[in-house]
Amino acid sequence: MRKVIPAVAVTALAALALSACSGTGSSSSSLSPAPAADEKVTLTVWSGFADRELDVVNSALDGFHKLHPNITITSEGSQDDDKIAQAVRGGTAPDVAISGNANALGQYCKTGAFQDLGGYIKRDKVDLGNIPKAVQAYTQHDGVRCAMPLLADDYGLYYNKELFAKAGITAPPKTMSELRADAEKLTELNPDGSIKVAGFVPTIGFYNNRLDVWAPQFGADWQNSKGDSALATSKGWTDLFTWQKKMTDFYGQDKLTAFTAAAGQKYSPDNAFQTGQIAMMFDGEFRTGFIDAQAPNISYGTAPLPVADDLSGSYGGSDVGGNIIGIPKGAKHAGAAWELIKYLSTDTEPLVQLANGLKNVPTTLDALKSPDLKFTGTLAPFLDIFASKHSSSLPTTSNGAAFLKTATDFAVKWQTGGASDLKAGLKDVDSQIQNDNALQQ
Amino acid sequence: MIQDTTTAAAPRLGAPLAGRPPRRRRSRAAARNRWTVLAFMSPWVVGFGVFFLYPLGATIFYSFTRYDLINDPTFVGFRNYVFLFTQDPLIWVSIRNTAYLVVAITVGRVVYGLLTALVLSKVKRGAGIYRTLFYLPALAPPVAAALAFVFLFNPGTGPVNQFLALFGIKGPLWFNDPAFSKPALTVLALWASGEIMVVLLAALLDVPTEYHEAASLDGAGALRRFWSITLPSISPVLLFAVVNSIIVGLQYFTEAVVAGAVASGSSDAVGNVASIGYPDNSTLTFPMWLYEQGFHSYNMGYASTMAIVLFLVSAVFTIILVRRMRVTGVQEEE
Repeated sequence: MRKVIPAVAVTALAALALSACSGTGSSSSSLSPAPAADEKVTLTVWSGFADRELDVVNSALDGFHKLHPNITITSEGSQDDDKIAQAVRGGTAPDVAISGNANALGQYCKTGAFQDLGGYIKRDKVDLGNIPKAVQAYTQHDGVRCAMPLLADDYGLYYNKELFAKAGITAPPKTMSELRADAEKLTELNPDGSIKVAGFVPTIGFYNNRLDVWAPQFGADWQNSKGDSALATSKGWTDLFTWQKKMTDFYGQDKLTAFTAAAGQKYSPDNAFQTGQIAMMFDGEFRTGFIDAQAPNISYGTAPLPVADDLSGSYGGSDVGGNIIGIPKGAKHAGAAWELIKYLSTDTEPLVQLANGLKNVPTTLDALKSPDLKFTGTLAPFLDIFASKHSSSLPTTSNGAAFLKTATDFAVKWQTGGASDLKAGLKDVDSQIQNDNALQQ
Repeated sequence: MIQDTTTAAAPRLGAPLAGRPPRRRRSRAAARNRWTVLAFMSPWVVGFGVFFLYPLGATIFYSFTRYDLINDPTFVGFRNYVFLFTQDPLIWVSIRNTAYLVVAITVGRVVYGLLTALVLSKVKRGAGIYRTLFYLPALAPPVAAALAFVFLFNPGTGPVNQFLALFGIKGPLWFNDPAFSKPALTVLALWASGEIMVVLLAALLDVPTEYHEAASLDGAGALRRFWSITLPSISPVLLFAVVNSIIVGLQYFTEAVVAGAVASGSSDAVGNVASIGYPDNSTLTFPMWLYEQGFHSYNMGYASTMAIVLFLVSAVFTIILVRRMRVTGVQEEE
């Protein structure tokens, strides 16, 4: 018996381990036809929206139901990427998934978590030329289009007009030198030396001070032509980190940390820009909606983000990213799901309705030109930024946002004085990103 | 040569010579006995197999594969192990952070729990109220507790630093300073360590008072009685408290994720790139990094490798700890 038990255990372990490797299978990429007009279908749609935003999405889904009375939609909000991925892995995926995390698209396309839409696009002759190039770029990976864009975010400079007037500044800065000079003029200190009003907070990781937002403004490339990490060889990164460090040193890292620690949360009513504690910040077009709801009395303006001094010709663009919509692996009604995706991502009417309701930029050129689009006042510059030829998007990788974390970790080290050799640090970042990518192969 | 007449073949004194069952019947009875034992053990066997052996076997297998949880795993040999030990810069950071939390939380919880329990065991009036008050934090949901602590320890607006300022002390940045973020997490863990206090209190109240009375008569002081009577009496429970606290430290996850996200000002997206491990990866624990790799980076093969290493390290430390405590006199439950 003593010999039998270990033998049985080892055999069972081996059997279980072997069975584990055949637990999942690859999905077929065959196209499902659209349901016939008399065929009743119930589609499940998951999205990360909640409350007011979910109501806006649901009203667009109602529009689809009116066009296709045989297709009923069950919309479930507050479903983040973790839940979508878990459902795909568990075989309980929704028919349509809307994700706010375009950084994960490379993983979705590579793993097949989202189905390849190329066949549907070809079959239905969908004109992708109606989608701006930067948007096309972040919705496909390695030639596989596994999602369509559903509204986009771009970024601009928010500035407090009252503080500008008080400091005698008449126009928003267009270059990084101007931004720094204005930030210094706008900064006010308390009697104890702590920051009362920050002209501009340069801390990476604070609010939307993200490297993906900053990089295009310095012409910093993430990858070279071979697709390898290129931070050490792209001059823009050196310019970015040098400017960022000088701006940080103006305040002092400790003072900045104390200031940002006490500042309100990014999307709460006591956001430091909304309370007048920050005079200028980089943020997306969606901030206008938060200001309308949370701080309607603040006098502010918006403008394109400043660019590095030697890139003044490329003023007007920004990083572009946004929601993606796709058919997860295992969806039960892929044919009907594609009809809904096509409707939401290419029809002008629902796109404009969603853009107006969610205050996000619509993702087709036709919708951008629509007279029904209510992008006026402080929202208006974001349409120009979006349409700018200088706008770009993050590269999609099969490693998701891992490269962003590696670079952000270095940025934090750099700004806190933990790294002194910029060139060597950037080389290490490249090497680490390459190693991480190799693990995915 | 004198022959031993009491060989195994010889009948034992007093044993009945007649009526001994034949060999076949005996082996059948033994087999039936084995099946009966197995039947009684089956709930445990099934549970052990499904919840321990299978996951362990699968994890070992996946640790040698590239597995994204969606497609079939592909065998990659020792690649994940090589990456872990030579190429992952955050693995050692996460191990150091976890080791810090394991030591700080274990020592803190056991000492704090024991001291609190000692005080509460002496309280006569309102004992129930005090015990409830000290236990209550253990019932707080980890997310809510972490949120509350980040706001309490907010360097600019939090009451902790405002209180310190009354004495002219400039409070640290707590969750926003890599040097203080882990101590702040440790304080949070101590605040919520009521279950250890309750277990130790029960053990303390179980120590026979006669021992203390006898020792007092012999002239032993309070410290001597504590060292020579109380501690040996509660040693099995202390061992449990230590092992339990080590496990809590090794699995520290939710509080660190939430505290990092809220302190970074990006609580809209808990676990995102900007906030994981904030500040400067000082709160990145081993389980957090494992989860990030397995479920966000779709590297379940590599995450399995990390899990195996964690399992082995935990097992080794647990064995060393138990042996060491036995040697130093801490007795297991008899």
